[in-house]
Amino acid sequence: MRIRALAIRIIRQFVRDKRTLALLFLAPLLILTLMKLVFNGNTVEPQIGAVQLPAALVERLEAADAEVTSYDDFQSAEQALKDGVLDAVLSLNGGKPAIELEGSDPSNTKMVLLLLQRTMSAGLPAVAPDITYLHGSEEMASFDNFGPVLIGFFSFFFVFMLAGVSFLRERTSGTLERLLATPIRRFEVVLGYLSGFGLFTLLQAALIAWFAIDILGLYMDGSIWLVLMMNLLLSLTALTLGTLLSSFASNEFQIIQFIPLVVVPQVFFSGLFNLDAMTPWLQKLSTIMPLYYGADAMRGIMIRGEGWSDIQLDVYVLIGFSAVFALLNVIALKKHRAI
Amino acid sequence: MSSSIHSASPNPVIDVRSVTRRFGSKTVLDDISLQVERGEVFGLLGPSGSGKTTLIKLITGIDKADGGSVHMLGEQMPKLAMLQRFGYMAQSDALYNELTAKQNLTFFGSLFGLKGSQLSKRIETAMSIVNLQDDLNKTVAAYSGGMKRRLSLALSLLHEPELLILDEPTVGIDPVLRQSIWQELSDMRRRGTTIVLTTHVMDEADKCDRLGLIRDGKLTAIGTPEAIKASSGSATLEEAFIVYGGGVRA
Repeated sequence: MRIRALAIRIIRQFVRDKRTLALLFLAPLLILTLMKLVFNGNTVEPQIGAVQLPAALVERLEAADAEVTSYDDFQSAEQALKDGVLDAVLSLNGGKPAIELEGSDPSNTKMVLLLLQRTMSAGLPAVAPDITYLHGSEEMASFDNFGPVLIGFFSFFFVFMLAGVSFLRERTSGTLERLLATPIRRFEVVLGYLSGFGLFTLLQAALIAWFAIDILGLYMDGSIWLVLMMNLLLSLTALTLGTLLSSFASNEFQIIQFIPLVVVPQVFFSGLFNLDAMTPWLQKLSTIMPLYYGADAMRGIMIRGEGWSDIQLDVYVLIGFSAVFALLNVIALKKHRAI
Repeated sequence: MSSSIHSASPNPVIDVRSVTRRFGSKTVLDDISLQVERGEVFGLLGPSGSGKTTLIKLITGIDKADGGSVHMLGEQMPKLAMLQRFGYMAQSDALYNELTAKQNLTFFGSLFGLKGSQLSKRIETAMSIVNLQDDLNKTVAAYSGGMKRRLSLALSLLHEPELLILDEPTVGIDPVLRQSIWQELSDMRRRGTTIVLTTHVMDEADKCDRLGLIRDGKLTAIGTPEAIKASSGSATLEEAFIVYGGGVRA
């Protein structure tokens, strides 16, 4: 009953705090929408300068969606490259093709190289392979690939901040002291917080997942229920971790200081960046990052259509994290009341 | 004012024996012993930083002593069940400002196990004691400082505790309101409630049945205000406090 009373109080406070509600529910949607717009823009047409190229080659380049400008001499083409008009200059140096790349943007460079190599080899007689996809499709954009990670991350980030600040406020306003001067048990305080916040995190997780999939059209191959469950578990971990860390902060600013220490490093290990490219010992760090497990499962469900048996390890690990953080919370409360 | 002599009665409401509390290497409370009898208003008088609040926290069981023992109503502290038996008002108002007074009262009432019509009745009674019954549905943020203090007091009265522990109940409050709070306290005392409070206001200390003078973590004197004045040979408590605090009898 005390747990319920505490949960109801938290819900009432939330409902009266419109701004925080907006942060919790609208901010993730806004950011996801922006991300979608930024990363799903139209593909850029590479600008290629052709210096005295045979007409057939120019045609092939244009067929491959390149914007080709012809130049009579190498100098004027190179000047255009310097001026930033061109991405690459293609010329024939004694019968051998030579490519000079602008080179300041690696992703652009790769795209141009790929296109040039494709058109060069297109002349050779070769059997065109049959292309099929195990997961995803030809239309899959990079947003589809890291969208699942972002869904998890936003749930984690906003809940972490809110939980941390709310619990801190309970302490600094003196209400925690008053709360602990009633016969409430320490575990009841933690469970009350979990259930009060839990309701909002559940709603938030559902809203973010629905918005990303149905409105933004994020690639989705698995069960929405599994996505919701993973998202909720991630939020619970953020909730317990946020309240735990707030015991070590003495004001709101110090909660913010935890963000670069606790939240940002998790982003690097969440799968937004390729983990295989990291040094092995660094890769091992990911095993202590809740976001790694959440993102791994979310991506598995949404992109590869994984089911329960594939993600259950992630589920258990996240439940474990939450349980440990909650337990440490109960212990940390001892600082405020001897029993 | 109480005229009985309070020397080690068999059933004190609060029994503090040789209590010591240290934070790191700093001794905040040094070998303090005192008893509070049923139905009296006991004041802890001392400057800020003297250890009053620490002593209050040990008595309520929020904090634990490094040495000595604290008993409340015969039970060794700290003990969770005892938190149901006393009402506590801390120095800060400790209210949820975004909620209404009623929501604050309902919340804390539920924590004390009150519900339904019993809870509504207790809320009504507590709010009429502090004269706030007309402001029940206002959000606390719209309350004045004095109203918050009174609501805070009402919260500690909700579960009809037999013992009331108040940390600086009248600090930062205007004289009129202070008088009305004292009026309420003496009414409660008449109904049999034992009251322990801390203060650093001398004329307030004069209204207590008995006083404990604390300075630098030591109990320098204990007794009725008259006895303390008499034994220090001073006309006012303020003088007496200086005599004791100055180490003449400490």
